[in-house]
Amino acid sequence: MLPLRLRAALLSVLILVVFLLAWQGATAGFGGGGGGPATGMDPEYAKLMGLTATTGKSAMPSPVEVGRQLWAVLSDPFYDKGPNDKGLGIQLAFSLARVLIGYGIAVAVAIPLGFVIGMSPLMSRALDPFIQVLKPISPLAWMPLALYTIKDSGISAVFVIFICSVWPMLLNTAFGVASVRKEWLNVARTLEVGPLKRAFTIILPAAAPTILTGMRISIGIAWLVIVAAEMLVGGTGIGYFVWNEWNNLSITNVIIAILVIGVMGMMLDQILATVARLVTFPE
Amino acid sequence: MTQSYLSIEGIARRFQAPGGKGSTVFEDLWFSMNKGDFAAIIGHSGCGKTTVLNILAGLDAPDEGAVVMDGKAIEGPSLDRAVIFQSHALLPWKSVLGNVAYAVASRHRDWSRDRVRAHAERFIEVVGLKGAEHKKPAELSGGMKQRVGIARALSIEPKMLLMDEPFSALDALTRGTLQDEVRRICLETGQTVFMITHDVDEAIYLADRIVLMTNGPQACVAEIVDNPLPRDRRRLDLHKQPDFYAVRNHLIDFLVERSRTFKDGLPPDYDRRRPPVVRPAHLPPTPPDGVRAA
Repeated sequence: MLPLRLRAALLSVLILVVFLLAWQGATAGFGGGGGGPATGMDPEYAKLMGLTATTGKSAMPSPVEVGRQLWAVLSDPFYDKGPNDKGLGIQLAFSLARVLIGYGIAVAVAIPLGFVIGMSPLMSRALDPFIQVLKPISPLAWMPLALYTIKDSGISAVFVIFICSVWPMLLNTAFGVASVRKEWLNVARTLEVGPLKRAFTIILPAAAPTILTGMRISIGIAWLVIVAAEMLVGGTGIGYFVWNEWNNLSITNVIIAILVIGVMGMMLDQILATVARLVTFPE
Repeated sequence: MTQSYLSIEGIARRFQAPGGKGSTVFEDLWFSMNKGDFAAIIGHSGCGKTTVLNILAGLDAPDEGAVVMDGKAIEGPSLDRAVIFQSHALLPWKSVLGNVAYAVASRHRDWSRDRVRAHAERFIEVVGLKGAEHKKPAELSGGMKQRVGIARALSIEPKMLLMDEPFSALDALTRGTLQDEVRRICLETGQTVFMITHDVDEAIYLADRIVLMTNGPQACVAEIVDNPLPRDRRRLDLHKQPDFYAVRNHLIDFLVERSRTFKDGLPPDYDRRRPPVVRPAHLPPTPPDGVRAA
């Protein structure tokens, strides 16, 4: 019997192959020739309608076509031929930059504020209603307000990333800080450790796994939201790329973009998962 | 009484119950210890033993009265008093060395890293954990964890050691070994120790004086048992000591019966400030001045 990991990998490959074959089958044409839907069609109309009508071929590209295009896109990801034709790498870099800036600001705000909320029952109760109301707002609902006040569309997208990634980190940090074991705090107290040193040497390491959980949820949400935000603000970024290719009716490029978004999101999550493993301690 | 190293002077602790009705855990509690004493406090759950210890540690404050140690009133936690917690309270993200060094570095803030490390290693060796310095608490057995807790407390060389049922979470075999080592270390260093325990045999083996507390609420010190066993007693032949069963029966009798009924029939000469001192013995001895036989 093969080890579980190997069996799982084999099964994954099998599922992929079945999926690709089904895709290939579904998008293959009827084979043209007689009996196709184009029979008897006005030639000019048929020309207008393209292959979809004349040979029954789907507008959906086959996996082979997507693979070929993917190779072409990935082999030259950083070309720049004007505002409407940039390489996928450039678009991805714009999106990543926005996410990292917005997310970075959110970390800088949420973790200290979470500490305050977690350590002070007064602040916790005072800020709770605001958090409860602000948290469920769809980040995109902020967009008009952001565009009006900030005026710059790129910065507005960064703001939307900030506002959507701040809540999970804030709540997790506050929870992690508030649930640090009393006995660990008592150890620090009996050793006369000052409040600032206590925050860094006891509370931070004790709450770190919970904080990292919040950070991981946040980066996932930020990556979900950036695509939608860029579709709205336009100009650059992977979200804009998707919408632009939809307007070009290049389903192949849309599929490639979807794939790239998925892989990038997974990588961001894995980076934080690795950090989380480093700060997690067994009890 | 004013000469004592540690003196608990009429402390009370009350908790505000929901609904405005307060409850008094204990009140007007008096007790004192000399330097180098090993005192154990015995009583049922809810009599406020842990609260007394927390007040001594400075983690809790009395509502009335005060505690004076070495001429200074206790007003909060201090490095003069080290606590060995029942749950060992090690920091799980630090290694054995890291846990002890954290305490050493807190005590001696001006020491170099190497000096802190050397000092910590010395105390890890004292509790017999040499070779396990770099293990994390999760990799240690319960007994080893508590050894780290003991090393951490001893490493700051406190004036007083406070132990909250330090061995209650351990199996009998480990408990015995650790009791031996704690007794050896405390005798060697002349450490002043205040310990909470549920275990009568542990109290008899370790403590020179055993404080008996009545049941709460409104608990008080019923009496102080002066341990008649010789100072060089050993755990293995403890039960062969002539006075062992006299002390043991006295303590058990208190826990089973008198801890509940003591307050109903206070002895006429009972003085909260000077609880009676009792020295149980197998034969009625001629009692020394001021000491009453039970």
